[in-house]
Amino acid sequence: MGLRDALFGRTKQAAPNLDNLFALPTAALTLQSELDLVTSGQGGLCFKSGSGESTITTDDDIKEMLNFDEVGSDVSLTTDDLGFKWVVINDTDISGLVTRIHSANTSMVEHGLGPRLLCAVFGFVPANPPGEGSVRMVYLLKQGTFYPFAPTGAEKRDNELELRVRSFLDKDLPMEKDLTRWMALWNLPVK
Amino acid sequence: MAKKTNIEKDHGLDVRMFFTGLALVVLYVIIITVLLRVGVALGFVVVIAFALIFSQYYFSDKVAMFSMHAKEVTPAQEPKLHEIVDRLCLLANMTKPRVAVSEMDIPNAFATGRNPNHAVICATRGLMRRLSDEELEAVLAHELSHVAHRDVAIMTIASGVGMLAGLIGRMAMWGAMLGGGGRGKGGQNIVLVEMATMLVSMLIYVIAFLLTMSLSRYRELAADRSGAILIGKPSVMASALVHITGDIGKIPSTDLRKTEGMNAFFFAPAFAKGTAASLFSTHPTLQKRLDQLNQLERELNGG
Repeated sequence: MGLRDALFGRTKQAAPNLDNLFALPTAALTLQSELDLVTSGQGGLCFKSGSGESTITTDDDIKEMLNFDEVGSDVSLTTDDLGFKWVVINDTDISGLVTRIHSANTSMVEHGLGPRLLCAVFGFVPANPPGEGSVRMVYLLKQGTFYPFAPTGAEKRDNELELRVRSFLDKDLPMEKDLTRWMALWNLPVK
Repeated sequence: MAKKTNIEKDHGLDVRMFFTGLALVVLYVIIITVLLRVGVALGFVVVIAFALIFSQYYFSDKVAMFSMHAKEVTPAQEPKLHEIVDRLCLLANMTKPRVAVSEMDIPNAFATGRNPNHAVICATRGLMRRLSDEELEAVLAHELSHVAHRDVAIMTIASGVGMLAGLIGRMAMWGAMLGGGGRGKGGQNIVLVEMATMLVSMLIYVIAFLLTMSLSRYRELAADRSGAILIGKPSVMASALVHITGDIGKIPSTDLRKTEGMNAFFFAPAFAKGTAASLFSTHPTLQKRLDQLNQLERELNGG
């Protein structure tokens, strides 16, 4: 944001950073070897729908844009209790999942919805349940950084597990360094 | 080879706290100096200074509650919190303080009030979210120990003594200046003496301030100790401390989708930084507190 924008109070909307997403499959291997966590086969893309953006306002528009009919039944669109939309994709292969989330992101950016994108989430579950609990890897699209989120119940999260995940993934992934940005995502529809 | 540790200490916060305190002291000095300069009688200035300190002490509960956005709660509103405090008070044989909750996400707790009969014990929502019931009990035991030790009164008296020492220093310098016949030697000399007076009194204030801080850290260790003995489990107190300070205390429990306004959608999100653990900055280091609790655990186990 330049000085002139600051003077006139105009904030530019930030474009999402999608490149770092492809680092996730490597990190998934580390998660498996160190913490016995494997992909849950689900990934999600969270965004806030607004009105009047290039005529994409209804669920049907979004489904059409992302070619829901072609890709089949393993993609769904839900609205959570806070009014945010989630594109949830099922794919047991983590590389496939990342690619599909990336392409969904890309088409949303192409349709001018880039600034409305909030985060992408990938689910990881213990290979041998119960294990130590499941972890979601949250990708902040604007910052281009990841952080772990391990909810354990109503508004409770396992901070120790999250910090352990960070210590193992520091080399593989650009982790969010500012811990105050490790915001929670309660009741998210990605398992 | 550069050493890199995962757990960073928040030196910045300590430094800020130090300078805030120092600034407060300097403000007092300036107020007093101005009052004296304007020609207000010295006795009256002393009265004003002590009125300020006394009101800080007398309204300590209201000031702390206001600054933490805390609200008093009934047993019906917060049954669990009240139950824990009830049990601890029975165990310690003390009057139950009023119980308050602050809706802040920062994991913190405080006890305040001028005496045990006017005490308030407050926990933040973030504290209750992050800690198990047992750990919450440990933190509340720590705060109840502050009430039992009358730490608000002790700390007020301590800072008051510091002020008094500074004032006496000033008066002595003035006396020396007037009595030493400094007037006869012209105006320049008076300016020098005046500056020296200022410096010496500042020095006294700084030393008094540092002593007050170290006293505060000592009182914290004492509260840790009696709190841990009260619940009988120093290790639980240690685990609660680890959970609310350091890295874990920084991880928020608020929802990404609920962040203020549209922060998450724009550049340079303006999340509040460094407000966490402000009440802990007059506290000893985490390591020191953990070491003490460790030793206590060994003693309790007959080691």
